[in-house]
Amino acid sequence: MNCIIIDDEQMARVIVRTLCNQVTSLNILQEFTNAIEAIKFLNENHVDLIFLDIHMPNFSGLDFIKTLKDPPKIIFTTSDPKFAMEAFEYDFIVDYLLKPIELPRFEKAIVKAEKLQLIKTEITTKKDSELKNDFYVNIDRRLIKIDLSSIYLIEAKGDYINIKTEDKNYVVHSTLKKIEEKLPDSLFLKVHRSYIINVKKIIDIEDNSVLIKKDVVPVSRSNRPELMKRLDLL
Amino acid sequence: MEKPNLLYIEQLARGDDSIKATLIDVIKNEFPDEKKEYYQSLKSKDFKRIEDNVHRIKHKFSILGLEKSYNKANAFEHNLREHILNLKEEQDFEETLLSITEYLKTI
Repeated sequence: MNCIIIDDEQMARVIVRTLCNQVTSLNILQEFTNAIEAIKFLNENHVDLIFLDIHMPNFSGLDFIKTLKDPPKIIFTTSDPKFAMEAFEYDFIVDYLLKPIELPRFEKAIVKAEKLQLIKTEITTKKDSELKNDFYVNIDRRLIKIDLSSIYLIEAKGDYINIKTEDKNYVVHSTLKKIEEKLPDSLFLKVHRSYIINVKKIIDIEDNSVLIKKDVVPVSRSNRPELMKRLDLL
Repeated sequence: MEKPNLLYIEQLARGDDSIKATLIDVIKNEFPDEKKEYYQSLKSKDFKRIEDNVHRIKHKFSILGLEKSYNKANAFEHNLREHILNLKEEQDFEETLLSITEYLKTI
């Protein structure tokens, strides 16, 4: 795990660095005497874990975490037990180590951080595997490959579904439920019992309908909140 | 009065003399400046700065195994936050500073 250390006290930084060197999975990228310097570094570098002091002049560790948009995991290293309750309100806080930090307690915190890192990796891998690029449909005994990103709309038509792509429509003997299972959630959304849309292809939304290409697709009341959640609204 | 010791530093160094030497060097370099800053803040009666100085220095107390002095420094720091400068607490704190200063000359 790539980590940084933020502490205004040199002795505290040296102690954390010494402890990090005794744990093989940790790679210290940089040390900072104040949190403001670290913000710039975080904008330009990938960091998995921050060892962060709380009590620092002018800009405290708690002020710092409030500025982070996509915070990495954080382990507080502090002499003050009184901020523990507040600290654990943030889900990216892994642990709260009281100074002077001893190796067994430090190792315990790292095991916790590694477990969280593993979970994060598994989630990312799962999401990536969901993002397959294509699938095959059986039309008149021919298996035809359809690029997922080219699909803008899938419409239910009795025992068939009509898959509309950028350049062609495919009528396939299947159901919306079956095809929905094959589609990545990140790209497609069922907006009505008869329609699945590619959310990236939406042109506009008006009341209870969505314009995709030249198709006006109804949006059922129950699916509208999920659709609105997916939009990057200003 | 309790005496400073290197038990924590030795535990951290795990038998590596170079690590032990680095840790001792850092404490020897950093402590005099922190002590100086504390007395300057005290002179200007700047409670926030005195509190910050005490907060930083008390970590050195715990590193040098001065558990009782650390607890007293905690109380001193807490009172400073309330803008109370307790003379007994100040005296105890400064006695510990002196004890550390003398100890650092011996290591």
